[in-house]
Amino acid sequence: MSLINQNKANEGFFKKLGENPATDDFIKGLWKDNPVFVQVLGMCPSLAVSNSAKNALAMGLATTFVLTMSNVLISLLRNFIPKEVRIASYILIIATFVSMVDYTIQAVSVDLHKSLGAFIALIVVNCIILSRAEAFASKNTVGRSFFDGLGMGLGFMFALFCIGSIREIIGSGSLLGFQVMPDAFEKWVIMVLPAGGFFTLAALLLIFNHYKLKKSKA
Amino acid sequence: MNQESLMTIFINASLINNFVLAYFLGICPFLGVSGRVGTASKMGAAVTFVMVISSVCAFGINMLLVAVNAPFLQLISYIVVIASTVQLVEMFVKKASPALFKALGIFLPLITTNCAVLAIALLQTSKGYDIFQSITFALGGGAGFTLALVLMAGLREQLEFSEVAGVAKGTAIVLLVAGILSLSFMGFAGLGG
Repeated sequence: MSLINQNKANEGFFKKLGENPATDDFIKGLWKDNPVFVQVLGMCPSLAVSNSAKNALAMGLATTFVLTMSNVLISLLRNFIPKEVRIASYILIIATFVSMVDYTIQAVSVDLHKSLGAFIALIVVNCIILSRAEAFASKNTVGRSFFDGLGMGLGFMFALFCIGSIREIIGSGSLLGFQVMPDAFEKWVIMVLPAGGFFTLAALLLIFNHYKLKKSKA
Repeated sequence: MNQESLMTIFINASLINNFVLAYFLGICPFLGVSGRVGTASKMGAAVTFVMVISSVCAFGINMLLVAVNAPFLQLISYIVVIASTVQLVEMFVKKASPALFKALGIFLPLITTNCAVLAIALLQTSKGYDIFQSITFALGGGAGFTLALVLMAGLREQLEFSEVAGVAKGTAIVLLVAGILSLSFMGFAGLGG
């Protein structure tokens, strides 16, 4: 579903390709084509590691790095990769960068590596990265792919941070580890549990839809 | 070596730590192919098959990688195995049932990027399961995935006949339903160890 939407979004996007400078490639990932809220891609990590703002930020950073680097490399190699084996080659390139990130995080903070668990390795199968490789990096220049990857990655991080902070504030009464709610606040444990992830994202999508509907009526 | 009994592993993987509703793995096909019960159950079967095959292969590869002392190749080799298994299933389904091939559409090749499949391979390695435990784990994970997918499809078929507010149409209502489903799966928490 999401990939098909994505293709449609891209058709519109490619139509005005001519007037699109690098800044647009960057901005569109942040808001207009936000990978989580608009394209509904990369749901698994955005729900699974968004139980605290810190995890969300770390995951967002890791994904941004992988997305930007793989976009650049794939764009560099786009004329050398045979069409038939392109998906396999993309996945190999992505897996290499993910392995690098995995070992880096393990070296920097063992605690963080533990709390993110298997989800760092699972960046490989994050649909956002593969979809950007296929839809953008394989057709565009290195510079534009770089900004596209950076924008999409930061957009992903932004969405993750939104979900993560909401869940942490309501679920544990804190933000980035600092207590923000008064002691009397009854914590909604459900928000840190899996079900809370679904509800938070649903609520955010409802708000988005509300504004979209309002805009289309006006 | 892990000492968990096969039964515990199966129940744990399928119900208590359901891959979709507790671990958030494989959400994309969960949201994408859960429109019809028939398609959902076949998708579940295809994913389970890929899971079992790649679980066995991953077990062998891990032994090899440990032997040659190159664990950093783990992720890369696992993903290659999964991609080739999916290719195999795709060719098989295309030949055996073109109708099903059409119904599954883009989601069939996308099993490669189904995180649940890769997670099976990664988790069985980190938990130190032996070959039988790994297969049981993969079967349990697949069963849990299929169960979640079919339940969701049933709910969404009912949803088609009810009036949904304009703002909630599309992904939002599906996520709300998934949240409630996930809540009910928490009831299984007392079942196993």
